[in-house]
Amino acid sequence: MENNSGTLLELQSRFGEDTFKQQQTRDEILTLWMPCNQLKEVLTFLKSAVPKPFRMLYDLAAVDERTRNKQHNGFPSAAFTLVYHLFSFERNEFVRLKVALSDEFPTAPSISNIWANANWYEREVYDMFGIKFEGHPHLSRILMPRTWVGHPLRKEHPARATEMGPFQLYDDKVDLEQAALQFKPEEWGLERQSEDSDFMFLNIGPQHPGTHGVLRIILQLDGEDIVDAIPDIGFHHRGAEKMGERQTWHSYIPYTDRVDYLGGVMNNLAYLLSVEKLAGIEVPERVKVIRVMLCELFRIASHLVWYGTFAQDLGQLSPVFYMFSDREKIFNIIEAVCGGRMHPNWFRIGGVAQDLPKGWEKLVQDFVDYFPKRLKEYDSMVMKNSLFKARTVGIGIFTLDEAIEWGVTGPGLRACGMEWDFRKKRPYSGYEMFDFDIPTAANGDCYDRAVVRVEEMRQSLRIIEQCLKNMPEGPYKADHPLTTPPMKERTMHDIETLISHFLSVTWGPVMPAGEAMSCIEATKGANGYYLTSDGNTNPYRVRIRTPSFPHMQMLPYISRGYTVADMLSILGAMDYVLADIDR
Amino acid sequence: MEAETTSYLLIIGVTLFVLLNVAALLIWVERRMLALWQDRYGPNRAGPFGLLIVAADSLKLFFKQDWIPPFADKKVFVIAPTVVLISVLMAFAVVPFAPGIVVADLNIGLLFFLAMSSMGAYSIILGGWASNNKYSLLGSMRGAAQMISYEVFMGLSLMGVVLMAGSFNLSDIVLAQAEMWFVVPQILGFIIFFIAGIAETHRLPLDIPEAESELSAGFHSEYSGMKFGMFFIGEYLGITLISCMVVTLYFGGWLGPDFLPPIVWFILKVAFFIMIFILLRASLPRPRYDQLMEYGWKILLPLTLLNLLVTAGVLLWLAE
Repeated sequence: MENNSGTLLELQSRFGEDTFKQQQTRDEILTLWMPCNQLKEVLTFLKSAVPKPFRMLYDLAAVDERTRNKQHNGFPSAAFTLVYHLFSFERNEFVRLKVALSDEFPTAPSISNIWANANWYEREVYDMFGIKFEGHPHLSRILMPRTWVGHPLRKEHPARATEMGPFQLYDDKVDLEQAALQFKPEEWGLERQSEDSDFMFLNIGPQHPGTHGVLRIILQLDGEDIVDAIPDIGFHHRGAEKMGERQTWHSYIPYTDRVDYLGGVMNNLAYLLSVEKLAGIEVPERVKVIRVMLCELFRIASHLVWYGTFAQDLGQLSPVFYMFSDREKIFNIIEAVCGGRMHPNWFRIGGVAQDLPKGWEKLVQDFVDYFPKRLKEYDSMVMKNSLFKARTVGIGIFTLDEAIEWGVTGPGLRACGMEWDFRKKRPYSGYEMFDFDIPTAANGDCYDRAVVRVEEMRQSLRIIEQCLKNMPEGPYKADHPLTTPPMKERTMHDIETLISHFLSVTWGPVMPAGEAMSCIEATKGANGYYLTSDGNTNPYRVRIRTPSFPHMQMLPYISRGYTVADMLSILGAMDYVLADIDR
Repeated sequence: MEAETTSYLLIIGVTLFVLLNVAALLIWVERRMLALWQDRYGPNRAGPFGLLIVAADSLKLFFKQDWIPPFADKKVFVIAPTVVLISVLMAFAVVPFAPGIVVADLNIGLLFFLAMSSMGAYSIILGGWASNNKYSLLGSMRGAAQMISYEVFMGLSLMGVVLMAGSFNLSDIVLAQAEMWFVVPQILGFIIFFIAGIAETHRLPLDIPEAESELSAGFHSEYSGMKFGMFFIGEYLGITLISCMVVTLYFGGWLGPDFLPPIVWFILKVAFFIMIFILLRASLPRPRYDQLMEYGWKILLPLTLLNLLVTAGVLLWLAE
């Protein structure tokens, strides 16, 4: 898929032949090991000096290598590995840079002055692994409570409460926790007053009707004008990545449902594309189309929630009811197909859990006939409403360059005028077979983000219609030994298949060692699972790149100077899901 | 003399009783109507058509713990919700429901109404201030600014009616509309008065002092139990009051064809405008606070002045 020898040559001609060591990966993304001391030069070079630069820091994560089964031979031996994923829109290409760190609590140079969105990623790595970043402006915990002891994604950290001994709350711990709850503006890098005024600090959340979940935003206000806004995240952190390390490849699927909990099976898809790359499974056509159809239904469902709640944030009471009842219609289809509704947990390694039920065509057809009328009605109710426009046009603007700098993907990026959709540009799961447009807008404000999403629903509907008309016949699961659960009917013929079925169901499939990353256009932006296998029944490391995380990081940048009311527009137009931020 | 006193007391008593019940009933009306327009059921379990939700809600409010936050300014915190209730009820004193059915037929009725409705601003400011809560404070600051600005147009928009009727007495104003309802010549005044009325009662779309999605509950965030109940009832009474005033000033009050008694006409007209209030709440988003101010001062104020000027000019011209 990737023709990435060019990038390697460019890097080698600038930094010398021996600086980089290439590693083969299952996803065929150019993967290079490089020494830590040249990290900043290489990244700066890739970001700004090469032609067709890698302008987006797509993801930054770490891997604790200390208990890994098979050390990959010839590569730098490391206690920890830092993994940088960069993306170039011009080349339509990823590059993965790895840095080996050998100490128990290592230190690496911070790249937060190269990419604005590296700030939170580095804090997350620090929080999860205890790796320090030199030169980071505010290196503190981000997802875990500030009083937490240990760094959860280190392998010695217990994965479940039962491994931690009974919980006891001594008096001094109470005092400590109470003290940690006290708000001191200085700890968040905030001034208490300026030359001419004292600031007011307003906590939006963790419990607040406007935040759509447990999110806390510390507002530094001068009157009603926002001087600074600091999102405090992590209230919804459930350790989805850590859980992955003790689940089998198969039994982790339901956990993915709950990451972007409005995206439903779309999360399954992001995870499974990566697993299937590791396993080398090519899924049948029917599976692809079923997956696409369900994903697009979920995209509409997710956008409907956004649409309704966005209008509600701006004080419009009614649309949310109409839109939730439309979403209910989608859930009726989902329920008929999957049995579940919000978290159907329906895709399987190499296929889907069951074939489509009898009569599914009618359900989908009814929805396809019904929905466009409603969308038109919503246009006149919401999008054309002049008060709605007054609250969203020209609010929360970011430019295309800023969007890329901060790692914005999805509708937010397209609202800045960039025609970029991973379904079109890097097709997966058969999206290349479908005929649909990429809606864009020009101004990058809250209204334009809404315009893009509304149009996306129409496009999703087109895709669903094509799925309906062209559903291929065939099996609903690939013929491959690593699919889960293995097809039952073959097991009754001989003892060998019975044994392999038994093992595959009880232990789970053993994935070949290697690593792979997926990247899908999820409802909120680019979602990807970067999986590392050391040849076991469970992943060695699961890294989930979610769109909401970088989007939320951008909040202070785009809300400064606006008022409290505008911040609600900005939050609403961002369309984030707390579990998608905190994982 | 005694009979007169008795009839006064009777009117006061009946008016008070009816108004408080109407306000409580509006809880049900609003919830059912909103539900109707939002494709859902609304309260339909307690009693016929869910009517007993009114009793349930009132009982709940009465028996809730009457909590005063320890950080609040206690005296002001208690006084604030009573101000809104009392001032709105006082304003009803001058409303002529039908010929002879009016508590106080003042010759400055209209001014009395304006004075009383302005008092409502105090309860928002004091309530928000005494709560000692940042959300409440923001809400009450917004509320103060909003109500004081909209007071200006409210008063001025009514002057057209006063010019045409030649009186501040509300009964006289109604009678002056026997030929033609004032809404026809004073359409602009009516629209401005109605908008100002929404702002005055701080209802969606102009519920900026509360702004649920921004300020949780704005100025009454800290209120619970019957103190909250007073704000609540005050709001519904406010809607009723503004609807009564709209009907009295622009839609001929109790006047109507003879096949229905005057009081019924009055009630029907008022009910219509209450429905408009609810429908507006169901359909419009909320503008931003500074947009509201700008709209008021830059658009409504010039229009109001223009309306007043033209009305006065035309009247002078006709008089000559």
